[in-house]
Amino acid sequence: MIGRRVVITGIGVQAPGGDGVKEFWSLLSEGRTATRPISLFDASPFRSRVAAEVDFDAEAHGLTPREIRRMDRATRLAVVAAREAVADSGLDFAGLDPARTGVAVGSAVGCTMGLEEEYRVVSDDGRDWLVDHSYAVPHLYRHFVPSSMAAEVAWQVGAEGPVSVISTGCTSGLDSVGYARELIAEGSADVLVAGATDAPISPITVACFDAIKATTPRNDDAAHASRPFDNTRNGFVLGEGSAMFVLEELESARRRGATVYAELAGFASRCNAFHMTGLRPDGREMAEAIGAALAEARVDPGDLDYVNAHGSGTRQNDRHETAAFKRSLGEHARRVPVSSIKSMIGHSLGAIGSLEIAACALAMRHDVIPPTANLHEPDPECDLDYVPLTARERRTDTVLTVGSGFGGFQSAMVLTRPGARAAA
Amino acid sequence: MTRIWVTGLGVTAPNGLGTDDYWAATLAGRSGLGRITRFDPARYPAQLAGEVPGFDARRHLPGRLIPQTDHMTRLALVAADWALAEAGLAGGGPYGEYEMGVVTAASSGGFEFGQRELQNLWSKGGRHVSAYQSFAWFYAVNTGQISIRNGMRGPSGVVVADQAGGLDALAQARRQIRRGARVIVSGGVDGSLCPWGWAAQLSTGALSTGDDPATAYLPFDRRAAGYVPGEGGAVLVLEDAESAARRDAPVRYGEVAGYGATFDPPPGSGREPGLRRAIEIALADAGTAAAGIDVVFADAAGLAGPDRAEAAALAAVFGPGGVPVTVPKTMTGRLYSGGAPLDVAAALLALRDGLIPPTVNVVPDPALGLDLVTGVPRPAPLKTALVLARGHGGFNSALVVRAAG
Repeated sequence: MIGRRVVITGIGVQAPGGDGVKEFWSLLSEGRTATRPISLFDASPFRSRVAAEVDFDAEAHGLTPREIRRMDRATRLAVVAAREAVADSGLDFAGLDPARTGVAVGSAVGCTMGLEEEYRVVSDDGRDWLVDHSYAVPHLYRHFVPSSMAAEVAWQVGAEGPVSVISTGCTSGLDSVGYARELIAEGSADVLVAGATDAPISPITVACFDAIKATTPRNDDAAHASRPFDNTRNGFVLGEGSAMFVLEELESARRRGATVYAELAGFASRCNAFHMTGLRPDGREMAEAIGAALAEARVDPGDLDYVNAHGSGTRQNDRHETAAFKRSLGEHARRVPVSSIKSMIGHSLGAIGSLEIAACALAMRHDVIPPTANLHEPDPECDLDYVPLTARERRTDTVLTVGSGFGGFQSAMVLTRPGARAAA
Repeated sequence: MTRIWVTGLGVTAPNGLGTDDYWAATLAGRSGLGRITRFDPARYPAQLAGEVPGFDARRHLPGRLIPQTDHMTRLALVAADWALAEAGLAGGGPYGEYEMGVVTAASSGGFEFGQRELQNLWSKGGRHVSAYQSFAWFYAVNTGQISIRNGMRGPSGVVVADQAGGLDALAQARRQIRRGARVIVSGGVDGSLCPWGWAAQLSTGALSTGDDPATAYLPFDRRAAGYVPGEGGAVLVLEDAESAARRDAPVRYGEVAGYGATFDPPPGSGREPGLRRAIEIALADAGTAAAGIDVVFADAAGLAGPDRAEAAALAAVFGPGGVPVTVPKTMTGRLYSGGAPLDVAAALLALRDGLIPPTVNVVPDPALGLDLVTGVPRPAPLKTALVLARGHGGFNSALVVRAAG
């Protein structure tokens, strides 16, 4: 049951390898990679020392010193991405009813970087358990509870309707957009600025993934360290970034002559109820989410032109996901192009789901499917068409994107081109 | 439209562990506020909190869950166990695994766990960071752990909107049931009573620095000078009403009937905050006029400005003194994402018993024009209650619950 139809009319991106949507798409469509040795801090003591970092200059993007001081890096990325999305939409936000405008920001780890910086000071690098609060910045609470991220975006765009952060680990960026879509569909708001952000490239995050060997130790070849579906892959590459969207109801978007990137035609999430970090190899909960999203979109598996995979580059994920595609898409799983942009921009935890929605919308816009970089030697267990190395031109009207994450969350979203096929 | 019932409650509150203890203490006006025992608060300007008493996680949970969970997750798992047991769904009941999900609210995650691992990292090095850190502190932990423990594979989620998020989670649970799920375990259980969490909470200047638990948190009182935080909260089982009737659910506390959420205008705009609008949206959603609300569970910030703003919103909707208002959280402190779900639990128990629980210690400021229920419970025929919650930065949420007819 979903009421009004919801479309993307604006996109903003801050991603590794480029500034804004245009450079993001160049990187993806050219199959270049943005993974490199970590520069944001001295990573020499750690097992995994590669990451996909954003060359981000908040001042150059017009953030004031006070904004920079009170916002975590992840929040700054989101605010800049939101501004680009608003401008791209062509929608006159000043003329909107603030009460009918909302915000949904996905994030897995919130303001973790700002928190860690403050923790180091108040604890004197871990010397004191009874930390000295008098050394803390006055805005520490905004890092403590990451709903501050949604508040900052709401102030930027003038939203006074429903405003929230959605934090479901690595599916946050799909789930926040799914949530925003429901708010518009049910009539709780007319316009949502929604998406996700994360900036986790800091010692505590690197250490916690080191501890479970989830990230790659391929430190000697950072540019080719993220190898989803390749037999030589050995863990994911941590990333950062943000993608934000302007979402609105299809009919009002058409009335104002907006450019419509895609309709959010179906969305579903499931849990594996199995393990906080482990996945069962059969992929059945992800398959269930895919099936539900396709059903809601009234799309047959055979109609899919492209599948954007979670494709994190861990053996466990790649096999789980391949099994899920076979289980949910049947024979079409072997025909449809499947690719992972994490091969190029790493895995930015909660942000990546929204960055992947952006990639899907741009794939539809350009009729080009981004490749899986670094895929030379497929894992024999992963036997689908992963679009290795180079992008592929192909009419792309109907797309599936999926996510999978800690906590057991499995999410799936179907994007369609309005008018491209008979209305359901 | 699909109706949604609450068919189970699990409560872990500073003034009572378990629904019965909590409700008995709340009706008796017994507070759970006191000097912090979880760490030595002597060096901090605020030293009071609401700690959940007598909670021994090992008595309730398998040993393997202890090293991988923060204190607040253990409380959440136990609250979920109790809620599901009361609903008669401990083993899942008649529902399929994809028909049951979990939607919780979070505010700061497993912060005490996080402080320990940050200390390990910075004092000893990365090799000393726990393998559980990757999921024990993050905001999604309670939803994930409850889903695993109970085999729930349906639509799930986590909402963060500071203290307002507890109501937003229940609204999202209702949404998921309207979209086809049968049961969603929802609510919030929270707590960051560790020195690092305390430093973060102190940064707003809104914590009470009083040292007497009886006068430290006095919302709507001329002496109001901040709030006392606490830990705990409530987990609620929300269930599709038809399905619950079909399986003859043992308990029906009431219906989640209406909801509204708004965000304040930017700071300094001088415009009216969004709380009144959130109330109006919730009432309209519940299909009730203001006169249909029998009691309001207030957000009660405990600071003069926000208290005045809340009183003004209530007066605008209900007229001065137009509805009984109460603040049982004067006995628990503010529980962040757990506070509003606990208020919803209290509201449902009030509907059941026809008793409005009291606000303790407060002498209402007459200038605020509130009919505040103080001292002792007030008997009243109650059919419909409104619960309010606000979050730092401008979040406003309102939820209407109605007695199961």
